[in-house]
Amino acid sequence: MSTLLQQLLNGLSLGSIYALIALGYTMVYGILKLINFAHGEVFMIGAYAGYFGASALGVERYGAAGLPLYLAVLVLLFAMAVAALLGVSIELLAYRPVRSAPRLTPLITAIGVSLFLQNAAMLLFSPNPRPYPPILREVRFELGGVIVTNVKLTIFVVAIALMLGLNWFIQRTWTGKAMRAVSTNIDAARLMGVDTDRIIRATFAVGSALAAAGGILFGLDQIIINPLMGVLTGLKAFVAAVLGGIGNIRGAVLGGLLIGLAEQLTSGYLSPDYRDAVTFVILIFILILRPEGLLGVVRPEKV
Amino acid sequence: MRLLLRLAVASAIGLVLYGIGLWLQGGVIEYVQRIVFLAGINVILAVALNLINGTTGQFSIGHAGFMAVGAYGAAFSGVKLQPVLQNWIGAGAVADGLTLNVGLLVGAVLAGLTGLLVGAPSLRLRGDYLAVVTLGFGEVIRISFNNAKFLGAATGFSGNSPAGLPALTTFFWVYAWAIAILILIRNLTFSQTGRSLAAIREDEIAAEAMATPTTRLKVLAFSLSAASAGIAGGLFAFMQPSIRPEDFRFDKSIDMVVMIIIGGLGSISGAVVGGIFVAVTLELMRDLQQYRLVLYALLLIVIMLVRPQGLLGSRELSQVLRLRFGRPKAEAAK
Amino acid sequence: MSLLSLEKVDKIFGGLSALKQVSLEVPERAIFGLIGPNGAGKTTLFNVITGVYSPDGGVIRFEGQSIGGQSPARIAHRGIARTFQNIRLFRAMTVEENVMVAGHHLHQASVLSAMLRTRAQIADEARLRKRAGELLEIMGLGQHAEDVAGSLPYGSQRRLEIARALMLQPKLLLLDEPAAGMNSQEAAELERQIRFLRDQMGLTIVLVEHNMAVVMSVCEAVHVVDHGETIAHGTPENVKKDPAVLAAYLGKSTEEVA
Repeated sequence: MSTLLQQLLNGLSLGSIYALIALGYTMVYGILKLINFAHGEVFMIGAYAGYFGASALGVERYGAAGLPLYLAVLVLLFAMAVAALLGVSIELLAYRPVRSAPRLTPLITAIGVSLFLQNAAMLLFSPNPRPYPPILREVRFELGGVIVTNVKLTIFVVAIALMLGLNWFIQRTWTGKAMRAVSTNIDAARLMGVDTDRIIRATFAVGSALAAAGGILFGLDQIIINPLMGVLTGLKAFVAAVLGGIGNIRGAVLGGLLIGLAEQLTSGYLSPDYRDAVTFVILIFILILRPEGLLGVVRPEKV
Repeated sequence: MRLLLRLAVASAIGLVLYGIGLWLQGGVIEYVQRIVFLAGINVILAVALNLINGTTGQFSIGHAGFMAVGAYGAAFSGVKLQPVLQNWIGAGAVADGLTLNVGLLVGAVLAGLTGLLVGAPSLRLRGDYLAVVTLGFGEVIRISFNNAKFLGAATGFSGNSPAGLPALTTFFWVYAWAIAILILIRNLTFSQTGRSLAAIREDEIAAEAMATPTTRLKVLAFSLSAASAGIAGGLFAFMQPSIRPEDFRFDKSIDMVVMIIIGGLGSISGAVVGGIFVAVTLELMRDLQQYRLVLYALLLIVIMLVRPQGLLGSRELSQVLRLRFGRPKAEAAK
Repeated sequence: MSLLSLEKVDKIFGGLSALKQVSLEVPERAIFGLIGPNGAGKTTLFNVITGVYSPDGGVIRFEGQSIGGQSPARIAHRGIARTFQNIRLFRAMTVEENVMVAGHHLHQASVLSAMLRTRAQIADEARLRKRAGELLEIMGLGQHAEDVAGSLPYGSQRRLEIARALMLQPKLLLLDEPAAGMNSQEAAELERQIRFLRDQMGLTIVLVEHNMAVVMSVCEAVHVVDHGETIAHGTPENVKKDPAVLAAYLGKSTEEVA
């Protein structure tokens, strides 16, 4: 029983990270109908920004005790800012020029940006995996046979805080409402005086910032980062977004958690070899059985 | 009479290929030979993918999976078949050629069946969704090979002997198959079937209203494309000591997409040009080592921003040449 | 016997009734008009007849056989061809190719023969090209055979859609706003072509149209729908005077004006 609880805990924490990344995919797809293939790389860059930020603040000096809380938060904010900047730059330089092109062109461009970032990162940061600095002090305790570390708790706290923040942002602020408008009907939004370009940039910024947070949490949890970490994780987060219903924010969260659970349970009860495959199997099933996702809406085509 | 004429032309081409093959073996270094082989294999891949992405307008970004099925299928059956054949008719070019071609056909059939399995449920989806599901299938196939112990799993498959897979791929066979597939797919494209596929690309609903059996044709094209990629995979397998799931990652699928983008989506001659270009460029860039892939990715982005229709757009080389140098009558009529 | 008959056909989209108990009979070789204000459900009716949508209630019979719920390709095979309200041509293909696509029944050769380019295949192509050429001549598009469909002027594109539909050798031709965007000269030519198609080619034609001059001139029977329901049926003369029809098009105030 405790094993099951352990797996569930691990699955949910992994899933929370997937959810944070999935939100970025879903928001961008919602407004631009574009699969931002480079989003996984933004996640990766966020993790590295956290790494370098922590190093700059002298994390080694603190040793196993970890950074003081205010510095850890600073690292998080720094990484989120870097990622937001990167996301907006990608949009400006690579996606905006091809916005009106037939659908295949932006798809290929996105793949190109993704490949570029992966390989540039390998060049700049070396392809070798790096151990993540202990930004937080590790504390473990046992709760009814289940091992809980403060890293796992942090993941939950940060993820939930960010998702609540996003929800508030989307529901209460003008920009958030404009984002919802643009994602429902971009032309109507434009006619209502919304500066759609600005909103699109804001969407990329917010999505990228969330992914960066996911990156740091991932680093803390998995301890190893490498330039290609965004490829598989990004893909899984994308599947999570599709599972929940792409374009649907609640769906992204639901999808992320489900994928995290599925992966953890498969690894624990079937075999670790299949942990990556289960995500793709889910993808295939969902696209064939219910392409609009769990929470998505079917849109009939006008003839 | 017509058949005789065709046989005569085929034999002539065959002799030329054989001659080039001999010359290549004799004088040219292995490095160049490898590029030449890869160019031919790429042509097959590009023409195969172009049938789906270009002519039919369905995005597939998982074709590396079909190449893998073809490679493993050919390698496995070839390795089993070779000793049997050699016992029967003696070791030598004939046995080698037979082993290779039977292996290729086995690989092609398996790849085609895989294409059918992937295509049948997926081809109801459109655009981005289809792209992602083909990506998913490509990865599932690769991961399956990665876990298949009897095929060497992650270390790869190298057959029975310590020397690895037999080097059965020759210039002649690569280009004989490339030319054959090129001709077959070209003929298909310029037939009623090809026209129907193009109609599906242009407007699937209108195509259906014109009695086109859209699903059947899409799946057919997909299987054919997968089988051709399988042949390319088989040829690839028999030119190196082993094949590993690593060789058939998503990157390979993207390479194929780059080939047809560079040449121009929908153009068969473009696919040929693109295939050769990618083979040559990738190998030449090897010297640049780490910079290679960064530049490759940049190249892709720049092409999309500057000339997304590729070199030839959706036109064939013959049409482009005619427009540039040809009959003013055609121009005046427009 | 009616070539096409609809009995109490319903179509619902997410709670909204697009078609309510629509019944009509189209006799063979009739030129039948289907009119109504915008959003009345005319194109939806076409879509249900041609299989794009399945009816949610009622029966649709073609030549006596029920066809409700069958696929568009199947229905096209049976002999119902159509054009689209917002022209759906294969824009990047040539005019000739657009028509040839619909020539499935003329096309005997298999996929394998296509790949091998056998003599049978070449003969097939020639036959298709010839027939397409004939139909293009009928619709006045003969010299444009090798032009790219998307480059044609609007009126020609509409005519091309008709030529393409004719390639199916249909018994029933559904035309969705064929006169849209045409001036009176072009519309008169269209009327002539419609009569030709019925008289010389034995087709039955159903026409959705907003251009009343064309409807009055060419249709023998007219069926009027509004909000998915039948509100009138009869000859063009009678329908023109029907108060329900006038109210639907012009609003209730016409009763006061009249």
